[in-house]
Amino acid sequence: MYPSPPLTQQPSQSQTFTPQRPNVQDGHLQSPDKDFSTQAVKLTLNQVNFFYGDRQALFKIDVEIIKNQVTSFIGPSGCGKSTLLRCLNRLNDLIEGARLEGTMLLDGVDINGPDVDITDLRTRVGMVFQKSNPFPKSIYENVAYGPRLHGIRNRGQLDQIVEEGLKGAGLWDEAKDRLHASALGLSGGQQQRLCIARALAVKPDVLLMDEPCSALDPVATAKIEELLFSLKQDLTVVIVTHNMQQAARVSDWTAFMYLGELVEFGLTKQIFTMPSKKQTDDYITGRFG
Amino acid sequence: MRTPFKRFLASGNVFIWGCAAGVSVSLLMVFGLLLLIMINGLGYFWTSDIVELTLKDKQHVMGQLAGREVIPRSVTPERPEGKGRLRVKIGNRDLYGLDFKWVNDDQIVSQTFPTDTVLLERREWGNMYARIKAVYKGETLQAEGNEGGWIALAPLISTTNALHQQITQIEKVEIGSINADIEQARLKIRAFEMGAAPDTRERGQIDNLKAQVAAAESRYQEKTIELETLRTKFNDYSVLMVDANGRETQISVGQIIRALRPNEMGLLHKSWTYLTNVWSVLSTEPREANTEGGIFPAIFGTVMMVIIMSLAVVPFGVLAALYLREYAKQGAMVRLVRIAVNNLAGVPSIVFGVFGLGFFIYAIGGTLDTLFFPERLPTPTFGTGGILWASLTLALLTVPVVIVATEEGLAAVPREFREGSLALGATKLETMLKVVIPCALPGILTGLILAMARAAGEVAPLMLTGVVKLAPSLPVDSSWPFFHFDRKFMHLGFHIYDVGFQSPNVEAAKPMVYITTLVLITVVVLLNFTAIILRNHLRKKYAGSVV
Repeated sequence: MYPSPPLTQQPSQSQTFTPQRPNVQDGHLQSPDKDFSTQAVKLTLNQVNFFYGDRQALFKIDVEIIKNQVTSFIGPSGCGKSTLLRCLNRLNDLIEGARLEGTMLLDGVDINGPDVDITDLRTRVGMVFQKSNPFPKSIYENVAYGPRLHGIRNRGQLDQIVEEGLKGAGLWDEAKDRLHASALGLSGGQQQRLCIARALAVKPDVLLMDEPCSALDPVATAKIEELLFSLKQDLTVVIVTHNMQQAARVSDWTAFMYLGELVEFGLTKQIFTMPSKKQTDDYITGRFG
Repeated sequence: MRTPFKRFLASGNVFIWGCAAGVSVSLLMVFGLLLLIMINGLGYFWTSDIVELTLKDKQHVMGQLAGREVIPRSVTPERPEGKGRLRVKIGNRDLYGLDFKWVNDDQIVSQTFPTDTVLLERREWGNMYARIKAVYKGETLQAEGNEGGWIALAPLISTTNALHQQITQIEKVEIGSINADIEQARLKIRAFEMGAAPDTRERGQIDNLKAQVAAAESRYQEKTIELETLRTKFNDYSVLMVDANGRETQISVGQIIRALRPNEMGLLHKSWTYLTNVWSVLSTEPREANTEGGIFPAIFGTVMMVIIMSLAVVPFGVLAALYLREYAKQGAMVRLVRIAVNNLAGVPSIVFGVFGLGFFIYAIGGTLDTLFFPERLPTPTFGTGGILWASLTLALLTVPVVIVATEEGLAAVPREFREGSLALGATKLETMLKVVIPCALPGILTGLILAMARAAGEVAPLMLTGVVKLAPSLPVDSSWPFFHFDRKFMHLGFHIYDVGFQSPNVEAAKPMVYITTLVLITVVVLLNFTAIILRNHLRKKYAGSVV
C-alpha cells in the first residue's frame, strides 16, 4: 500500500543482535515454533526507567520482543504494564511531567531519538485500547481514518484498505452490509474488533493491546484471541492483560511485572509451568495479586 | 429523641416544597409576562366595531372602544363600585389633536354601533372615524351620500395604492440609483482633484465623469417630471368626510391606505383583516414617527446583526477556547485568563458600547476612512456607527459565553478519542480538526445559542454603535456592493425604547410597543430554535460523545 516510513535515526546498535535471555538458563526450553535464537528482535528495551513527575513508575526494564510473536505482560493492577505499553508508541508524551530514561529500540533505532517523527512511530506501532474507542463516525470512516491521514484519497484504494482491515479483524462478514452505519451501533466486541481493524488499516509492524478484552464477554474475548493467532503472521503483538489464562492461551512470551519492576520474562510455557522466581509462582497460582 | 417536628424537617419535605415553589414562581413570571405581552400586542390587530356615543351635552363621540376603568378616587361608601369611564380611540388626529378620549359613564346618553361609519386607515394623521359625504374629482362631484361615496371610494383606493407603490419605486429605486451614480462620479472627480495636478489623461477622465454627472442629472429631471404627473394623479380624487358632530374635512384619496366598515364586517372578514394587519406590520416600513405602519426594517436589522455577530463570534471564541484548553500550558496564567474571560461576561454592556465607539468606530473606522475613502471626508463612511461595528461590538460582548461553552464541550470529548486518533499516527492538529472539534460542536452551538439570545436583546451598546430610530434604507439592497455594512440600521430592542418612550404620541404607540416586544421575543426564539435543531442533529450524529 505505502511503505512504512523508516525511522530517520541511524541504528545505534547492530541489527543482528543475538538475544540473550536471562531466564532461559538451560537452553532446553524451546520457543513454540522455532529456536528462539534464530528469531529477529523487534523491540529492545534497555534499562528503561519512567517517571510521572517525581513518582517512578518503571524500574530498569530490560525486555526483548521477538518479531511475529505475541508477548504478554501480566501483573497486578498498578504494576506499570500499561505505562510500559504506552511508552512503546510514546503516548506518554502527552502526560505533563512524564520522563523516560534508558533506550527503547525499534528495529535497532531509538524511538525516543531526537530525529524520530512521532507520527511515523505511531503509524508503525499501532495500539488497541482497553475501552473500545471507535470515533463517532461510520464504520467505513473509522477504518479509513488512518489511511486518509496518510494521504490516501483514492476511493477504490480506500475501499480495498477498509475491506482488508475489516477482514483482518474478522469483522468483514458482520459489517460489510452496514459500512456506512454509525460505528457506535456495533456491540462491544464488534467495536473492539473495529478498533483493531482501524489499527491494522495503517499497516503497523507492531500492535500494542492494552487489556483489549477486559470489557468483553467470553464469546467476544474468544474471537479476539483467535484473531491474535492470525495477526502474528504479519505483526508483532504486545498485549497487556489481567487475565492469566488469556496470557497462557495467546502468547508466546510472557513478562511478569510487579511494582514497576520486571520480575520475570521468558517463554510462556516456562513461566506458567516452571517459573524461576517465587513471586511469579505465587502470582500465577493465585496466592496473591 | 426526635420530636415529630424534627422528623418532619429531616424528611426533607419542606425542602422539596421550597424548591417546587421556586420553580412555580419562575414559571408563573415567565408565562405571565408572555401572556401580558400577547394579550396587549395581539389585540391590536383586531378591528373592533366603531361605537357612536351620544353625550348629555348633545355632543357625539365616535371611535373604537379601548378599555374601561374605574375613575380613581370615585369609590365612596355609598357607591362601592365607583364611577366608570370609557376610553375611546377617536382618531382624527388632524381634527382633534389627540387619539384617545375618556368618556365618563354618567355622561353617556346612548351608545350605538351604526353600520354606515367608516374607518379610514391613512398614511398621515392616523385613523379617521367618520361618514362619507361626497367624493370629488378635483372640483367636480363624483358621488354623493354615504352609500354612493362608499361604493365609489373602493376602486379609487386600490388605484391610488398602486400609484403609491409606483411612486415609491421611482423615488427609492430609480432616483436612488441615479443619485448613487452621481455620488460615485462626484467622489471619483474629488479623488482626482485631491491628488497632484491632473495630467491630460486624468483631465480627460474628469471630463468624462462630469459628462456622466450631467447625463445622470438630466435623467433625474425626467424622473422628477414623471413623479410630478404621478403625484397629481395620486391626488386627483378627494373625499369629503363628516365626523360625528357634523364637522367636515376633505382628504385626498391618496392619503387613504384602506377603508373599512367594521360594523358591517362578519367574523370571517374580520379574521382576514386581522391576518392582513399582522402581515402588514411584519412586512412594511414604519409611518408617523414609528407609531404606525410596520417594523420590517427593525426585524431585518436585528436578524442581520445577529447573523454577522455569530459569524464573528464563533471562529473567534472557538479559537480562543481551543488555545486555552488544548494548547496552552495549564497553570496560573491560564487560570488567570479564564477568570478574566468569565468576568468579561459580567461587564455592563454599555461599557462595551463605549469601547466599540472608541475602538471600532473612531480608531478602526476612522483609519479605514482616511486610507480608503479620503474623497468622502469629512463625511465618514466607516468612521461612524454602522451595522458592522454594532455586530462586532456585540461579538466582543458575547465572546466569553462562546469560550466557556466551547471549553466545556472540548473537555467533554473523551480522552480515548484523542488517544485513538494519535495512536493512528495523527498529529495533534489532525486530531483536533477531525475528531475533537466535531465532537465538541454541540457544545460550541450551545455557546452560540446563548450568545445569540444575549445579543439579540442588547440595546445599550447599539445606541452608541449604529442603531437609529429610522433608517432610510436597509443594509442590504440592489445597489452595488449589495451588503452595506457601513449603514446604520434599525433594531427591535431600540424600536421598543424609541416608540414607547421617545414618541410624541405615547398613547397611540402603546400597542406598537407590545407588538415589537412580541416580535423581538419571537425572533430570538426562532433564531435559537434553528441553532437548537442543528445541535440536536449533531448530537445524534456524535451520539458517543458525552456533550
